[in-house]
Amino acid sequence: MGTEHGPRSSPHRSDTTLRVNGKPHTLSVDHRRVLLDLLREDLDLTGAKKGCDHGQCGACTVLVDGRRVNSCLLLAVTLDGCDVTTVEGLSGDGEGPHPLQRAFLERDAFQCGYCTPGQICSAVGVLAEAEAGHPSHVTDPSAPSGRPVPLDRDEIRERLSGNLCRCGAYPRIVDAVEDVNGTGHNPRT
Amino acid sequence: MTALGAPAERLEGPEKVTGAARYAAEHPLAGRLFARPVPATVARGRVTGVDVSAALALPGVVAVLMPDDAPRLAEPGDPTLTVLQNPDVPHRGWFVALVVADSPEAARAGADAVHVEYAEESHDVTLRAGHPRAYVPEELNGTYPGERRQGDAEGAFAAAAVRVDVGYRVPPLHNHPMEPHASTAHWDGERLTVHTSSQGTTAVRTTLARMFGLAEERITVVAEHVGGGFGSKGTPRPDVVLATMASWHTGRPVTVVLPRRMMPTSVGHRAPTLHRLRLGADRDGRLTSLTHDVTTHTSRIKEFVEYAAVPARVMYAAPNQHTVHRVVRLDVPTPSWMRAPGEAPGMYALESAMDELADALGMDPVEVRIRNEPDAEPDSGKPFSSRHLVECLREGARRFGWEGRAPVPRARADGPWLLGTGVAAATYPVQVYPSAAAAQALPDGSFLVEVNAADIGTGARTVLAQIAADALDVPLERVRIRVGSSDLPAAPLAGGSSGTASWGWAVHEACGRLAARLAAHRGPLPEQGLRERADTEGTADAESAFARHAFGAHFAKVAVDSVTGEVRVRRLLGVYAAGRVLNPRTARSQFVGAMTMGLGMALTEGSTMDAAFGDFPEADLAGYHVPAHADVPDIEAHWIDEHDPHLNPVGGKGIGEIGIVGTAAAVGNAVHHATGVRLRELPLTPDRVLTGLLETGRPGPDRPGPG
Repeated sequence: MGTEHGPRSSPHRSDTTLRVNGKPHTLSVDHRRVLLDLLREDLDLTGAKKGCDHGQCGACTVLVDGRRVNSCLLLAVTLDGCDVTTVEGLSGDGEGPHPLQRAFLERDAFQCGYCTPGQICSAVGVLAEAEAGHPSHVTDPSAPSGRPVPLDRDEIRERLSGNLCRCGAYPRIVDAVEDVNGTGHNPRT
Repeated sequence: MTALGAPAERLEGPEKVTGAARYAAEHPLAGRLFARPVPATVARGRVTGVDVSAALALPGVVAVLMPDDAPRLAEPGDPTLTVLQNPDVPHRGWFVALVVADSPEAARAGADAVHVEYAEESHDVTLRAGHPRAYVPEELNGTYPGERRQGDAEGAFAAAAVRVDVGYRVPPLHNHPMEPHASTAHWDGERLTVHTSSQGTTAVRTTLARMFGLAEERITVVAEHVGGGFGSKGTPRPDVVLATMASWHTGRPVTVVLPRRMMPTSVGHRAPTLHRLRLGADRDGRLTSLTHDVTTHTSRIKEFVEYAAVPARVMYAAPNQHTVHRVVRLDVPTPSWMRAPGEAPGMYALESAMDELADALGMDPVEVRIRNEPDAEPDSGKPFSSRHLVECLREGARRFGWEGRAPVPRARADGPWLLGTGVAAATYPVQVYPSAAAAQALPDGSFLVEVNAADIGTGARTVLAQIAADALDVPLERVRIRVGSSDLPAAPLAGGSSGTASWGWAVHEACGRLAARLAAHRGPLPEQGLRERADTEGTADAESAFARHAFGAHFAKVAVDSVTGEVRVRRLLGVYAAGRVLNPRTARSQFVGAMTMGLGMALTEGSTMDAAFGDFPEADLAGYHVPAHADVPDIEAHWIDEHDPHLNPVGGKGIGEIGIVGTAAAVGNAVHHATGVRLRELPLTPDRVLTGLLETGRPGPDRPGPG
């Protein structure tokens, strides 16, 4: 566990500073604590979900320095100085929800909602990665490197396959990501 | 003004997409502790000693509860909840201790440090046909008879012109909702508040009241948001008992989240089923005999039967029928409800056998089904309240482009891919239970509707608000709805596709009464508004003169990689006749979601019971493969207009489960059409498909290129 006012140093804890959704936090962090538990238990940011605690389901996906990660697999003390964005911070200073959040609502791209924050954070990462020219398993190997990769449905499916949804909202999630992709929206990460 | 039938957006959607929706473990009460169970590491035996000294010496560990010192609880109705009450170990994974600590990390370290000694006994966990201890239960989970006979199935089979006699196997399956089972319990003097991930908190309250000897009025059980259940959260699970016990013991709030790897052995699973199907028909394809013989397992402590032969009593007009369930009590975890219990594995077997019959007849499989359409329910003789299976088959065939399908298997290829199509029918019973509800008119012109429904992702909140808006004849925006707390009017669980019908009936009645009272009311409303209540006890559960079932038809197109044996579903289409569809937006999501689970059942989902250890090796999401994005094509769900006056005031039959029924058979039948290989054990993994292809002596396409 971490605390913002607890003992500053011990063999089992270290001070760690993270910027979470734009706000800096310095915590004395149990070395065993993963980023997911720091977010949920120390900062009460429960949008990132614990589906498996094993890096198998993607429900805990958040963005660290703009890249999507399984926050259940990252020890928090290793992230000193990092910028973390969770589903609660996706809209940034904006008034309304992030376009992906709006698209998920419009497309009914969820049911129970438990995988949803992870799907949305992961999709933010997908848009940025494709824009940066990162290929995926299904990208045409002859496509020129370094240029944005067009995201068709197969690309979206492939890139989001680390985010499981037991309710089976997959086709609607792909619809939602397609809606936002190519709208010129610059992913806010 | 009709809110019903409109594609209203989910009322709780904004909370879910912004991360504001709180689930059972997400209630940070002051001083909260975290508890982690210790699972038994033997398949059968007794705990003879628990050494907790190392665990208690760890920083942060507050307490360890054990079978010989945990708080004594009264017997629940469900033996799977009798945790830490005696030293018996009925199966591997049974909880034998609980470590309570001030952080999840400390609880985990503590659980790892608990040392348990056992007196181990020999075990038997292996289900096989003809098991000497198999028995035929009189009743299946208190619902259906274990065995039914009509006419002389055996004699008619022997005399039939065309015969199919085949066996199928469906492995154990796991519900694996994305939110693990979790509970946060908090005692405040003699008052208990529990947040739990449940499909129905009224029943959780009743169970806790009984076990902890507390009046129900002193207990509040809340399940505002529930991260899926698919049956596994239909009844209280051990997490809620453990959290309540640990909170009572420590005097502090306690959260128990079951680790993903412990779920298969502690929250129920779909029991494996071994099927023998015998179909006899005349040369025109009319069934003369149908036998469905199912063997399945249950645990030593509780009888739960996966009643997979029940749908055969509904489906086809065979004058001679025999359906029977044989159960073996093994040293396995207790099986329980999983989406379309009985129907999902049973219709996989029956609809695969129907495809084999079509093959044997040289007849189109859609046509074979149409030829066996009954005039009344075969088993009961009752007339159907409505049955539009034939319309679903025809409409599905039209939309899918079934006409012109190659009459023989292995007719089409695309490079190394063998292509095929398949069809299967689906059915699911209409279930409805009594519920209470309340409706209140407020002076500001808004309405508050209360019912302890559980929205586990179905859109229950939304559709109930729509029902209320229509019954009150007001716009949807003026209706506020509260669900998911046992303090609200008592309601049955979200299960058996019964939720909307059961809760909706009570909401409809309460709102109807309120509307009548408002019509008679003169002048402004009193400050507290006007409130009406309804309870459908005695009406919703009245015996019906009709056989009431939803029906559907599934069509699948698959590509089978002749090099690797991998099966890809390229297209999946379902057409349903499920009464009135109340919200097409959320209904479509449920149909598509259930079809996706059926796709998993067909291709990727399979658990095994390890004979030596008595455990499921596929315990987590890396070993047990639920479908991922890349597995799922664009799935089409359609429905036909069905008006059935014999259901309930809102006219729906229930839609949460039928989508999984028949999907696996449609996919399997398509694999046969693609390859000519009949595989009779799920899931259709590459090893099985490739072995089957190699056995034909011609694994690859007969000629390259599209054929």
